[in-house]
Parts: sequence; structure tokens; C-alpha cells
Amino acid sequence: METLTAALRSVLPRDAVITDPVRLRTYECDGLTYHRATPGVVVLPATAEQVARVVRLCNDFGVPFVARGSGTGLSGGALPREDGVLIVTSKMRAILEIDLPNRRAVVEPGVTNLAITEAVREQGYYYAPDPSSQQVCSIGGNVAENSGGAHCLKYGFTVNHVEACEIVTPDGDLVTLDRMDPGYDLLGAFIGSEGTLGVATKITVRLSRAPEAVTTVLAAFESIEQGGQAVSAIIGAGIVPAAIEMMDALAIEAAEAAVACSYPAGAGAVLIVELDGPAAEVERQFARLRELCAGAFELRVAADAAERAAIWKGRKSAFAAVGRISPAYIVQDGVVPRTALPGVLAAIDRLSAEHGIRVANVFHAGDGNLHPLVLFDDAEPGAGERAEAVSGAILDLCIEHGGSITGEHGVGVDKARYMPRMFSAADLDTMQLVRCAFDPRGLANPGKVFPTPRLCGEVPGVRKGVHPLVESGKAEQF
Amino acid sequence: MTVRPADAEDAVGGVLPRWVALPESVEEVAAVLRACAARDLAVVPAGGGTKLHWGLPPERCDVLLDLCCLNEILEHAAGDLVVRAQAGVTMDALAAALAGEGQELALDVPFSEGATVGGTLATATAGPRAFRYGTARDLLIGVTVVLPDGTVARSGGKVVKNVAGYDLGKLFTGSHGTLGVIAEATFRLHPLPAARRWVSAEVAAAELPGLAAALAAAQAEPSAAEVDRPEPDAPPVLSVLVEGAAADSRAAAVRELIGGGEVTDAPPPWWGLITRDEVLVEVRFPATGLAAVLEAAARAGLALRGSVLAGRVWLEAWRPVGGDELAATVAGLRRRVEAAGGRVSVTAAPPCAGLDRWGQVSGLPLMRRVKERFDPGRRMSPGRFVGGM
Repeated sequence: METLTAALRSVLPRDAVITDPVRLRTYECDGLTYHRATPGVVVLPATAEQVARVVRLCNDFGVPFVARGSGTGLSGGALPREDGVLIVTSKMRAILEIDLPNRRAVVEPGVTNLAITEAVREQGYYYAPDPSSQQVCSIGGNVAENSGGAHCLKYGFTVNHVEACEIVTPDGDLVTLDRMDPGYDLLGAFIGSEGTLGVATKITVRLSRAPEAVTTVLAAFESIEQGGQAVSAIIGAGIVPAAIEMMDALAIEAAEAAVACSYPAGAGAVLIVELDGPAAEVERQFARLRELCAGAFELRVAADAAERAAIWKGRKSAFAAVGRISPAYIVQDGVVPRTALPGVLAAIDRLSAEHGIRVANVFHAGDGNLHPLVLFDDAEPGAGERAEAVSGAILDLCIEHGGSITGEHGVGVDKARYMPRMFSAADLDTMQLVRCAFDPRGLANPGKVFPTPRLCGEVPGVRKGVHPLVESGKAEQF
Repeated sequence: MTVRPADAEDAVGGVLPRWVALPESVEEVAAVLRACAARDLAVVPAGGGTKLHWGLPPERCDVLLDLCCLNEILEHAAGDLVVRAQAGVTMDALAAALAGEGQELALDVPFSEGATVGGTLATATAGPRAFRYGTARDLLIGVTVVLPDGTVARSGGKVVKNVAGYDLGKLFTGSHGTLGVIAEATFRLHPLPAARRWVSAEVAAAELPGLAAALAAAQAEPSAAEVDRPEPDAPPVLSVLVEGAAADSRAAAVRELIGGGEVTDAPPPWWGLITRDEVLVEVRFPATGLAAVLEAAARAGLALRGSVLAGRVWLEAWRPVGGDELAATVAGLRRRVEAAGGRVSVTAAPPCAGLDRWGQVSGLPLMRRVKERFDPGRRMSPGRFVGGM
């Protein structure tokens, strides 16, 4: 590591290489604080060429590297390696080009998600995928995780809004992957690969034109079942809202305690529905929505931007807010087909009662993306383990119902062990073919996404004994 | 499963296979590929055959894998707006089944009949509504593929929001049968809109770029805008689609924007279709490239039809073109279009020596490595795609 560090200093500016142990600890985890590791060395490159030089050196020394944006990831995707280099993109924060006639912007990976929207808002444009952490999360991280947010239901994910990426491949080559080029859709494979196929150094995003009208509605129901029925009725009526979000009583309680969002008192569930589009269209859909939400005991319609923000405030702060009602919590991220929601929510209730662990439910109801907040007291012996058990059982429920173990947070280090429950060995071996094409030496973010890395070139199914990557400490086996 | 000797009608780009295999299940597809792997036989997958002559002719073809018997719609979860179908299901049959539940797969096919789910994905064809709904890669949420060694692999799933693992569906979409066989696909669906209106008008070519920009920014939110210019010198016809409960008022807004035109509740007969594909060129471009594309196509003497908002048009030859002439035409076209930020690729053309079908492809070395990993024996549609893959 020392010789590598010296080599890094020779290709990077002086202040771009961090080895001071205290400063290294700043980077020991991302938003998932449960897993921690002090990086071997941290670099802060300012250009794509510098990133390429770092990656080439990692290759020369056979040392793994991990890329990190703002560190808001919730699956440990940017968890560093003690024996590796952490490439932090926070200095690469320029918006390089705004091209409104072509509805696109070219940005560096460290630019925050919201900064793109802010740069074009006055001209009537915005960048559609909006994770709850959009004020701080980086676009490079969004690309790595294919992050979504509340508006995915109508507008899709990061992969649907990225036109091109310049990447540094795990060999250290600078390559542009462009949707317009003929050939395999490597851009599609790269987005959401969680840093295992290289590092994005320049990203061309698509800008969306702000809709003519937006109507945001808060509907309060006595029970979560009634809220669920309203969701099904809305989708069944052929309405695709920009967002449909749901919170249960416990999540509402937390949001009230934290941000005093003044949601209707006594609600067992609130539904936030946002309609957007041409004014005439939104007007008609809203009239229909009123009928479909007849079961609500209160229906609030935001009259202006401030009221709209107030409605969203409780929802957007829900994750952090549960800190007000619980000393510790796990944010889970699983997906079920929307029609399975009532059954799965009831099963989560049962799990909660069985294990004596409270679960607050906040979710993207329109696309079945659950974010159960599993609450526990870390001072209570065994509570953490029980919370883990409930959290894991929720993922099993998702798989059982034909869903997914992650809708937007990624697999990272946290859920690698669940991958074999969702995918067969053949599925995972096939994904490894992609990995091996990009990263034959397994240096790009090893130990993430896949539970048992395969050496490239190894014939599936014949390996005996301890995996060499595990033995060398480069990977963990679950 | 039926395996029969091939006859002249089974030729792929002029290359005659020895056998045609008609598997009836994913397991049988795997069995065929395993058998072919054991004997080093080259395989070309086929759906309805509407685009089988696209791409370069295969270097070799022993077995034509006809997927027409994999024609079941496996699951239509209407409440979840999701459908899972086998590769051989025709897009027409799928549309008919979905319409029964008031839903649709918002993916246009450029031929009026015969196109299948598998062929549509393998060639990544997209039509007018790509502007609003995206292309196949955006609507595909899960896939089952069979690798050249017979391995059956799945990725994605049947929920729209899903980021677990690599997205093999993206990789196989547009891979022209060179990585393996797409056996099943799961798509996200959309509710059928309450109404559709098309506003069509003849416009001056010089005005088209300005109109396209205005339409892209219009609050009437058109789902598509297509242009048809069958004769290089004729004025183009512009047709704009609006969908939804308020389609009439939005159609009126569009009509005002383009300065008149006829409003209909059915598309013009040429809407989204490819009519001649002996020579077919695909042009992709950023919005500001439209003027250059129109001019380049007219200079090349090619008919133009396609999605001016989605930045993707087809150029068709309206008279027979010789090999050398075609190579020169494409080179000239590419020079002008690339200068405007676009790309030109030749989708279909008779074999001809000097023709560069693809132009520059930036990620080609990586693509070759992917091909080598998935198909080390070069048995899947060898030589048909970019860079001789």
C-alpha cells in the first residue's frame, strides 16, 4: 500500500491523496453505517484522466478500488476496502454543458442530483429521477445504483434518463458508452452495476420539460387497507399519477414528531398522489381521483407550491424522522407486485407482533416499492438481532411474492447474501460473464452485489474448497 | 420438438442452414443449443422472420432456431400492469390480448404483421411513441435467455422497480441474436388511453426543425410526431399524436401550433411503418440535428420516415441502388449527420464490399469482450453484427 500511495502521489496533486488515519475515517462507511471499514488510501481526483491514472495504478499493483460520490447509499455500495483505494468524486462537481434545445446536460459525477434541476428550473426544465436524498446524493452514485425516487412510477429510473456516460473501465481505459451508438447496450448494463464495472466520469442526462399543471393531493384513510384499495382503484381506472406514496400510522407519528407536517389526525394511513401533465388532462384525472378516494375521511389539495411542499415534507423526511420515535432502525428496501401489497403488509404486521419489533411503513405504493423502517433499541440485548431477523424475513416475503430484494437502494454489501434467494446459480454465473468482460481481475468494487465471486475463466460448478478471492481476503463468502 | 431439413425459404441473408429446429419450450431451446455446442454448429434464432435479412449475412448457419412454437402469453397481471410472454408470441397477438384488459405494450412495430416479441427485442426496433414511452430497453423489465452452451438465465423480474443484479435484458436488447437466445420477456404495460387523435399536415421542409422543437416543448404533450417524405423533393407530411382523456382539446392546441392540418382518430396509413427494406438505413440524432438529417437524406435521394421528436428515422431507397453507389451514399450521409451529432447505421443492404455499415462505435473493444464471454465458440449468429461480432 505504501508504494502504491507513493505512486498515487506522483500522478495526483498533493492534496488529492489522503493517508492521515483520522481523515480516512471520514470515509469508513456510506449511508449504511452498520458496515464500516477504513480505506487503505483515499484519492480525490479532479479530472477523468486522474481517475484513469488511479485505476491504472490499482491494476499495476493488483489493488481493489471503490468509487464513492456523496456517500448517501443505503446498501454499503461505497463501503471502502481496507486493502484498497477509495476514489471520491466530490471534486468533480462541474456542470459542463446545458443544452436545452437538445434537452440534455453534461455533468461530472460529483454533481448533486438536485443541482441539475436547479440549473435549469428557471428555463422550465428539470431532471426527473429524484431520490429522497436528492439534495446531497451525487449523480455518479445515482448512475451506479440506478436510483429512483417517488416519480419513477410515471417517469422511470436513472437508466431511462441517461443518454451517455464516459467511464473509466476497470483496466483504466476511458471509454464513452452512448445510447446513440450502434452495438450492445453497454450503457444499460453499466447503469445500476454498483461500481463493479468501472467508474463514471462524465454523464449526459436527459432533461424533462416541467409539466403545465401539477396537482398534489393528500388523502387520509382510517386504515392502511382502505388506502391500498384506493391505490388499486386509481391504477385500475387507467390513471398513471406522477407519484403515489403511502405512509402508515407509525410513520406519520414519526414525521409529525420530526417536522410537524400536520397530517390529518387519527389517520391509519395517508396517501400522497401527484398528478401532472397538460392542465386539461390533470383536471379530468383529478375529478376521477376524487371519486376513487371516496373512502378517505379527509382530502387535501395543495393550492400552491408552498402547500405542495408541506404535503411532501412529511414523506421526504420520514426516514430520518423515525429517529424521533426509536433509538435505532433499519431502512429496508424491497419490492412486491402492487396487487400483493395488502397481503404483504398484513404479513409484515404479523412478523412485527411475533418478534416484538415495531415496523413503520413508508412506501412507493404505485410500484410496490416498500421501505419498511424496522425500529429497535440498540441498548436492549438481542433487539438488533431480532430487527435483523424481521428485516430479512421481509425480503423473503418480497421474493416469495415475485418481487425484488431492492427497488432503488442496490444490493451492495448488505444484500449480497440474498442474491441466491432471488436468482439461481446459473443466473448469477451469467451476470458474472458481464463482470468478467469488464473486469477480468475483479478489482472494481469487489465483494459487492455478488455473494460468491467467480474467478473469470473458471468453469461454473467445478470449484472445490475455499475460493481464492475469499482466501486472499478480497471477498467475503456468505 | 420438430427438426426438419432446411429448404431455400429458410435462408438467412442468402446463407442456407442445414436444419430448422422448432423447440416448444425453454428447456427444448436449451437442449438444441447444448446439442449445437457439442457439435460446434452455428445457430441463428428467428421469430416471425420479418427482419431476418437485417444485419450482415451470418458467416455460417447450421441451424435456424425457429421460435414460432414458443407462443404463449405466460402471465398477464393486469392489476400490476405487467405481462410475461414467450419470444415467439407475435406483437399483434400480444396487443389483442392486452387490449381485452384495457392495456397495451407501448412499443410500436415497424411491420403490420408477423413481428414477434423476440425479434422486436433482438433488433431493438422502436416506433413513433418512443418519444413518450421509451424503447424496448425501457419497457422490458425481465428476461429469460438461453446462452450458447444451453444455460438458462434470468434477470430482472416482474416488478417495474428492481435494481437487483445486472440487467441482462438491456444487453440482449438489440444484440441481433449474437449473445444467445431471448426465450421469454416481461414488460411493463400502460393503460390504453381514453382517446387518441392524430393531427396531420403537409409542411415545408425548412419549417420542420422549428416545428419539432415547438412540439417537444408543447404543453399539449404529444406522444409522437412522425414525418413521412417518400420522395426526396416532396414536402414532408407531419403527423402528431396526442393521447388521453383531453385528447380533443390538446389536438386543437397542436393544430394551432403547426398552423392547420386534419384531425383524425386513426393514424395515417404510413404511420410508423417500414415499407421497403432491401436497403434500409437508420439515422439517430439529437433534436438540433434534424435540419442536417433532412438535408442529407434529400441529397442522398432516400425516402425518409420516422420519429422527429425521438431523434430516430429510417431512410429507404425508392429505387434499386448499386453497391458502390450505396457505399458512397452512406459515407456522404454519415459525414453530414455525424457533424450534426448523429449516427448512421445500415440496417439492411445487399452484400456489398466497400460499405461501412456501422461507422464508429466507441465501446467496440468492450463489446468484443462481452461477445467472447457469452459466445466463446462464435456459434450465435456469427458475423452479423457490429465489428464482425
